[in-house]
Amino acid sequence: MSDTPVADIKMSARGLSVHYGDKLALKGVDLDMAAGEVTALIGPSGCGKSTFLRCLNRMNDTIPTARVSGRVILDGEDVYGPGGIDPVLLRARVGMVFQRPNPFPKSIYDNVAFGPRLHGLYAEGEELDTVVRSSLEKAGLWNEVKDRLIEKGTSLSGGQQQRLCIARAIAVSPEIILMDEPCSALDPIATAKVEELIDELSQSFTIVIVTHSMQQAARVSQRTAFFHLGDIVEVGATEQIFTNPANPLTQGYITGRFG
Amino acid sequence: MGIGEQHIVKSFDIELGKLDEALARMGGLAESQMASAIQALESRDSDLAAQVIEGDAKVDACDAFINEQAVKVLALRAPVADDLRTVVTALKVAGEIERMADLAANAAKRSRVLNQLPPVEPMRSLIRLGRLALVMVKDVLDAYLSHDAERALTVRERDQEIDNVYSSLFREILTYMMEDPRTITPCSHLMFIAKNIERIGDHATNITEMTYFRVTGKTVAEQRIKTDTSSSAGAEDLT
Repeated sequence: MSDTPVADIKMSARGLSVHYGDKLALKGVDLDMAAGEVTALIGPSGCGKSTFLRCLNRMNDTIPTARVSGRVILDGEDVYGPGGIDPVLLRARVGMVFQRPNPFPKSIYDNVAFGPRLHGLYAEGEELDTVVRSSLEKAGLWNEVKDRLIEKGTSLSGGQQQRLCIARAIAVSPEIILMDEPCSALDPIATAKVEELIDELSQSFTIVIVTHSMQQAARVSQRTAFFHLGDIVEVGATEQIFTNPANPLTQGYITGRFG
Repeated sequence: MGIGEQHIVKSFDIELGKLDEALARMGGLAESQMASAIQALESRDSDLAAQVIEGDAKVDACDAFINEQAVKVLALRAPVADDLRTVVTALKVAGEIERMADLAANAAKRSRVLNQLPPVEPMRSLIRLGRLALVMVKDVLDAYLSHDAERALTVRERDQEIDNVYSSLFREILTYMMEDPRTITPCSHLMFIAKNIERIGDHATNITEMTYFRVTGKTVAEQRIKTDTSSSAGAEDLT
């Protein structure tokens, strides 16, 4: 595994393993994710990359058969440790955007205001309005929806819905945003808008993205980790992974000579 | 699951393969252009020289094909890792071969002038230099097409020998010109041809470096020692 030291570690995994029942889905993975960087997780289906991503904000807790061992450290604090972070608070700090846009069947405004209301972060009225507006602006959606905030979130196009979900995720001011194939249901234009958004958001958030599109990983990330059979085969600077990967398995996968 | 030699998408292999095929054809053409140019010099054969001059267009056509094919693969296949290096080096190697063939054609042009002048002695050393370069070009193209980085590095060392022979030829030609000013015209042409051949060696060296990069993904780190001192011949020590 070739790896360059990460400058400013925001989150890291150490010996992270996940069992689904008897099946070992993740085999003791180590990975550092740097602040202000986009880390892409790539690998064939079933390689453990989504399982890994879901460990980072304890989403696997919701799966009864899942058992997690090892450590996930956020700013020096063990996410799974005894007396660790409350999962609900953790998910406010570590937000998530899913493959299919999943706006709530509520108004555009209420979708974005949902998280802040849940955590009681801002007062109703002007304060909340400001947060909703700035979140939609950061998600590049404000100009398209400012006159229809009371319409249902589900009335938007697929690409707009995904940006609405991103706005909803950033409304609670998370530190990390996890994205699980955020563009796989979007057309190329909507994809480009989300990728541009990822670029901008990486200035203020730590982003970890799972993608099946190798070109997307190459375009949006600074570091890439290649997962295979529940292990990380190689992690390194994205440029190095895509021009001269150290491991033949990585090369076979990214060039399409894997089967 | 494991890694195979072939891509899952077979047409990708075909498109990449076209690059190596075209380079093999182009390299073969350039070699034969060089061999004929040397032959034309040695046997004072103006007809053969004319064929070389005419033949350069075929090499140029290969270059154009490789450029188009490389751009097509880049646009349509978005190659990465070793595939990307294959495409990028194919572009550059084609450029190097094209330059080598130009230099051979230029030597052929000058040989037609030489044939109208009395023979001069340094021609023998020039032929020797030409043969050295020809062998180097042949070996480097073989190394490139067989993805042999080690062999490329070995071939690369041979450029020093070409530089050494060129430097001594340069002095030899100077000596003849000084001894008999009537040889100045043919000897000047000889000197340019010698320089052309020395440049062919440099282009071949570039191909060795691209071969190394294509295979390993790394650049040739160590700097080669330049032993061509002809550029300071006739001057006091400039160091």
